[in-house]
Amino acid sequence: MGYRTSLYDEHVALNAKIVDFAGWDMPLHYGSQLDEHNIVRNDAGMFDVSHMTVVDITGPDAQDYLSKLLANNIHRLQQPGKALYSCMLNETAGIIDDLIVFYLDDDFYRMVVNAGTHDKDLAWLEKQSSGFDVDLTEFSDTAMIAVQGPAAREKVHQTLSQTSREAAEKLAPFFGIQCDELFISRTGYTGEDGYEIILPKSKAADLWRSLLNSGIKAAGLGARDTLRLEAGMALYGTDMDDDISPLEAGLSWTVAWEPTDRQFIGRDALEKQRDNGNLKKFIGLILDDRGVLRNHQTLVTEAGQNVGEITSGSFSPVLGKAIAFARVSADVDDHCFAMVRNKQLRASVVKPPFVRNGQACFK
Amino acid sequence: MSNIPAHLKYTKTHEWIEEQDDGSVKIGITDHAQDLLGDMVFVELPELETVLEAGDECAVIESVKAASDVYSPLSGEIVEINEDLIDNPEMVNKNPYVDGWIFRLMPSDPEQLGNLFDAEAYEIAASEDDH
Repeated sequence: MGYRTSLYDEHVALNAKIVDFAGWDMPLHYGSQLDEHNIVRNDAGMFDVSHMTVVDITGPDAQDYLSKLLANNIHRLQQPGKALYSCMLNETAGIIDDLIVFYLDDDFYRMVVNAGTHDKDLAWLEKQSSGFDVDLTEFSDTAMIAVQGPAAREKVHQTLSQTSREAAEKLAPFFGIQCDELFISRTGYTGEDGYEIILPKSKAADLWRSLLNSGIKAAGLGARDTLRLEAGMALYGTDMDDDISPLEAGLSWTVAWEPTDRQFIGRDALEKQRDNGNLKKFIGLILDDRGVLRNHQTLVTEAGQNVGEITSGSFSPVLGKAIAFARVSADVDDHCFAMVRNKQLRASVVKPPFVRNGQACFK
Repeated sequence: MSNIPAHLKYTKTHEWIEEQDDGSVKIGITDHAQDLLGDMVFVELPELETVLEAGDECAVIESVKAASDVYSPLSGEIVEINEDLIDNPEMVNKNPYVDGWIFRLMPSDPEQLGNLFDAEAYEIAASEDDH
């Protein structure tokens, strides 16, 4: 038996198929992954993401600490509640984790990191805090529910108190706000509008049920994976890891090179990679032939020469075709071939995302 | 509990076998198997007139989650394939024992039918598989 979130009994009551995810017993789906995917694209679905790790970083040196820790620039956050997506790099510019950090005050930031990287993240945060006047406080008694889809916000609003509702209604994309016991952020991992809500464990089942009552359907980790893939969002441990830099994971846009004197961890190694060139590129693929793209399938030229590998592959319910992210040599142009059961299947190269706000949008 | 019709025969790899009046057999995957695999998105059918030995891989079904091989329960020749599955792979989920059949085979050694599980034996095998 793995760790269980405070919503475990709710999942069982909804006939979830429970699977292990990073040591947690989590719902894969509640009957049909495809139905759950489509509900999020067309209406509103919710995910238990309580397994994710939340850490508050407080103290007079919080900003300086995060400036050194993160490849993206924490000084970009000027408005209270604003969120930043960033990689946290090691000295060789490999990605320790990708994360979201909220600016709550000059001496108060809230960070959300992955569940599968919990132990190494906390150890790294602790190690790097040496010499900084900061306190790290991991949340241990909270749950987290992500509600996503075109109707998500409106349906969540129905369940909130008047003060929370008013605060949530005013929230701009990629901002968060504390309202009573809820930390509500307009963020997500599906390419749809919606909220992620952090709240005390003791209140989680009540909120979950009132969200169900307002017409939001439960969705599992299976749909979460196909939704994020369609939305062009990379997954830690699959598309990137400790040996891959943001420059080879499609995450160059998250690296803040300016100002040039900001010495974040991994900067020197990253600059060398950038200046040396010859980097692999991270691309989107759409399968032209029939079949399904899967993680770790080899990619080749028509003549069969190896050019790279699929990092995340699956079936896109919105496009009705297999899609993937892949890391390939720089000379791959507009197509390549995936090796599937000893056959070469043709795939077109596109720039993710594949789907935004329910519609195909790739180029 | 999954649906295991009494009139069919089964394999431990979760195929079902239905004997036809002309001596051929229809083959698909069980309700238990489709439930384990989840939503089907692609079926790779065998080619007509392929001659198989019992236990040969002959088709592939892919769900959103994973690809899974289908094995021929008997030796023989493929005489019909369910082309409706090309555009409607979800029929394997919705109706695995009727619309979700995958191929029809003319057995070359009908005595092999005696090696297959009946419904009761399959139910035991499938429940052990869950643990």
